Amino acid sequence: MKVLVPVKRVIDYNVKARVKADQTGVDLANVKMSMNPFDEIAVEEAVRLKEGKEHHAAGTISEIVVVSIGVQQAQETIRTALAMGADRGILIQSDADLEPLAVAKLLAAVVAEEKPDLVLMGKQSIDGDNNAVGQMLAALLDWPQATFASKIEIAGGKATVTREVDGGLQTLAATLPAVVTVDLRLNTPRYASLPNIMKAKKKEIAMKAVADYGVDTAPRLKVVKVTAPATRSAGIKVADAAELVSKLKTAGAL
Amino acid sequence: MAVLVIADHDGSAVRDTTNKTVTAALALGGDVDVLVVGKDAKSAADTAGKITGVRKVLLAESGELGHHLAEAVATTVVALADGYDAVLSPATMDGKNFMPRIAAKLDVAPISDIVEVVSADTFVRPIYAGNALETIQSSDAKKVITVRPTAFNAAAEGGSASVETVTGSDAGKASFVGEEMVKSDRPDLGAAKIVVSGGRALGSAEEFHAVMDPLADKLGAAVGASRAAVDAGYAPNDYQVGQTGKVVAPALYIAIGISGAIQHLAGMKDSKIIVAINKDADAPIFQVADFGIVGDYKTVVPELMSALG
Ligand SMILES: Cc1cc2nc3c(=O)[nH]c(=O)nc-3n(C[C@H](O)[C@H](O)[C@H](O)COP(=O)(O)OP(=O)(O)OC[C@H]3O[C@@H](n4cnc5c(N)ncnc54)[C@H](O)[C@@H]3O)c2cc1C
Ligand SMILES: Nc1ncnc2c1ncn2[C@@H]1O[C@H](COP(=O)(O)O)[C@@H](O)[C@H]1O
Repeated sequence: MKVLVPVKRVIDYNVKARVKADQTGVDLANVKMSMNPFDEIAVEEAVRLKEGKEHHAAGTISEIVVVSIGVQQAQETIRTALAMGADRGILIQSDADLEPLAVAKLLAAVVAEEKPDLVLMGKQSIDGDNNAVGQMLAALLDWPQATFASKIEIAGGKATVTREVDGGLQTLAATLPAVVTVDLRLNTPRYASLPNIMKAKKKEIAMKAVADYGVDTAPRLKVVKVTAPATRSAGIKVADAAELVSKLKTAGAL
Repeated sequence: MAVLVIADHDGSAVRDTTNKTVTAALALGGDVDVLVVGKDAKSAADTAGKITGVRKVLLAESGELGHHLAEAVATTVVALADGYDAVLSPATMDGKNFMPRIAAKLDVAPISDIVEVVSADTFVRPIYAGNALETIQSSDAKKVITVRPTAFNAAAEGGSASVETVTGSDAGKASFVGEEMVKSDRPDLGAAKIVVSGGRALGSAEEFHAVMDPLADKLGAAVGASRAAVDAGYAPNDYQVGQTGKVVAPALYIAIGISGAIQHLAGMKDSKIIVAINKDADAPIFQVADFGIVGDYKTVVPELMSALG
């Protein structure tokens, strides 16, 4: 079985984004970039499926292909995934920030070429906060989707997925091939070891261009402006609970 | 112009997230219809008809729709989409699950989590964990939008729209296996006027409940948690407040033993009044708190309980 894992290069989750003065976007110059944290979780799960770790049968997956759409430096993101245990990578170079619909169309074209049995991906990128690509990819392929996974079991041509939903957990069974998007509780991603980082340098990354896939990636959304939200100013420290309660009563909050 | 709102409901009644989404739909202009998908959801459809401003209610029922499976919801909505210029849903976990699928089937760029309707084609949405607000204009003929409920007032009750039955799809290559729902008599986290949230400091599930539950009961509050508390198993997953969990904006938010990471702030910084209880005077949560107490929750919370009387 083969799994495809789309990974995105995004602002590091520890960095607080700042809006550019000209309101055209967020300032990413000299900002630390990393793999989208949810995508790390997807890569980790793929590697566990291959290794037969946790509840997975050994060799459930035989090949892990990672794909990223983005700038040249997204190669580093792919290398990180390769160092974690993925087998090979594909970089579809694009200097333009593509919308989820365009990303989903490109990924659908990659799926048509690679024919994976499963696409494992993040539920959300922490820059655009769209939470859309996985669901859209499943729709374009007419595959079932299982989003926000906190547990995945692969057996008998099915993915049985426990999902984090409002009110608790829902389990569903999706016939493979399927798209599964992962949530925070699925696993804790490993750090790549030095020997694995060295090994990853020899793994193949195929360099592609958006034009190679012949899909329509024209933007549908125009960014009119990007502004900073209203800031909250720090209030006061109160001495104890009694003072807190009286302040809250005065403020009408109790 | 006609707008279709996909209702959030529990089978017997619509949740107030639906009323809030109707407000956003009315801001787009034109006629607003509400679609209730489910199984045995007639009474929920009846409550949707009472929302002021709603033209009519559509009720689609099937087995798979009872579990809101994305494939069935998408097929049902796509079959209705010809009659509408925009399809809206609250940005609940359900809405986040099926709306992008609907958008892709319609070849439309979805617009997630809007907090403002500027005009019928222009919207504001938070990005980067709420550290930036993006104003975007859509050139798609149809719009597919999820709405952040906390950013809109609930449309009032008082209407009397009729309920019409439409075909509910049962198709899909995914099937429901089971669910484990957290039962609670407390108010819903998204709708509560007061939210008390606990963090990693609570240390165990037993301690979390021993500290948070009585306080919540005293205040009539909902209970939330940080990711760290949920990851550690102190609280169920749907308690998580933040960028990738629930967004809340109650009149009063009390954070107990929560440091105030960017991702947590993204889910609660629009609360009217924020209180922080933390033993570290430099914890970032104090930068957004209106009232802070520097101290150990083990002494502060019992004092708070008695001060509340
Ligand atoms: C992709 C991604 C998504 C995320 N999404 C979310 C999200 O949606 N929501 C979210 O909350 N987090 C999210 N996080 C995690 C976030 O970055 C923080 O790790 C998390 O919020 C920390 O939780 P915490 O404040 O409970 O724990 P900590 O940061 O460990 O803080 C514990 C606090 O308790 C205080 N404390 C300790 N003992 C006591 C005591 N006895 N009395 C009083 N105070 C005490 C400490 O001073 C400290 O400030 C996300 C992270 C990533 C990478
Ligand atoms: N440019 C990209 N390259 C590769 N994968 C992507 C890209 N954008 C989004 N994804 C994938 O889609 C998931 C959801 O992203 P989003 O819908 O943008 O929030 C991410 O976690 C990634 O797995």
